[in-house]
Amino acid sequence: MGDDDVVLVERLRDGDEAAFRLLIERYQGQLLRLAASLVASSAVAEEVVQETWLGVVRGIGGFEGRASVKTWLFRILVNQARSAGAREHRSIPLDLGHEPAVPPARFTRTGTWASPPVTWTDEADERLSAKVLAGRIRHLLHRLPEAQRQVFLLRDVQGLPSRDVGDLLGISDGNQRVLLHRARSAMRGMLEREMGRV
Amino acid sequence: MRFRRRRALVCRQAVELMSDYVDGTLGERDRARLEAHLAGCPHCTEYLAQIRDVITAAGRVEPDDLPPRALDELVTLYRRWRQD
Repeated sequence: MGDDDVVLVERLRDGDEAAFRLLIERYQGQLLRLAASLVASSAVAEEVVQETWLGVVRGIGGFEGRASVKTWLFRILVNQARSAGAREHRSIPLDLGHEPAVPPARFTRTGTWASPPVTWTDEADERLSAKVLAGRIRHLLHRLPEAQRQVFLLRDVQGLPSRDVGDLLGISDGNQRVLLHRARSAMRGMLEREMGRV
Repeated sequence: MRFRRRRALVCRQAVELMSDYVDGTLGERDRARLEAHLAGCPHCTEYLAQIRDVITAAGRVEPDDLPPRALDELVTLYRRWRQD
């Protein structure tokens, strides 16, 4: 898909409306979801995404292919969200969270499992497929605390490399690792609870 | 998160290292201690498998469907912008 994206951007640069339509279809959902995690309301998120597409068209000459098209789009979106004044990202202290990966009550006093994780299986006793889990994750995303959700979305859902995510969100490698760890742990815990295993 | 003492890890500590372990960002000593723990702990091995499941499944989350009206609006804006 990476090369394909670059071709689309080249076509867009040449004024190809169909290429614009294809890019929107491919990324609108992802941009909306990221925007929703950056701003206060879904109405503002939609505005930010719309401004992002206009930013894409205006800045199309500036795409040099050093980052992937996806990272380039996300960077425009983050900048739009910031300049929309919906959030002064850097001025708000980053909430890293403080909850442990697993509630302390799940362990004995000596730190071994008292209530261990139960294997994830379905009715047929097979490990749950990534597709099934993906559907559940999609519905649980909004329950992650904001900073964790942003990092989880960019790293694990979108698959961006850590250096791009640090750059996009303006956070250090260390903070990014903490947030990602907490997000993955929280997501695992929510899935476990949702499946009624605990 | 690092544990400086050389004592063997307990499960409560091990789960805090899993994410960095999966990403390959854990220091060498912590990695060795975690692997030693995992070798003897089926529960933490299952926990690690679940963290990997979360990461794999997250990469399969489908983008939200785009309402057709939103797409038309954007293309209209594009046309207008090109005309200006």
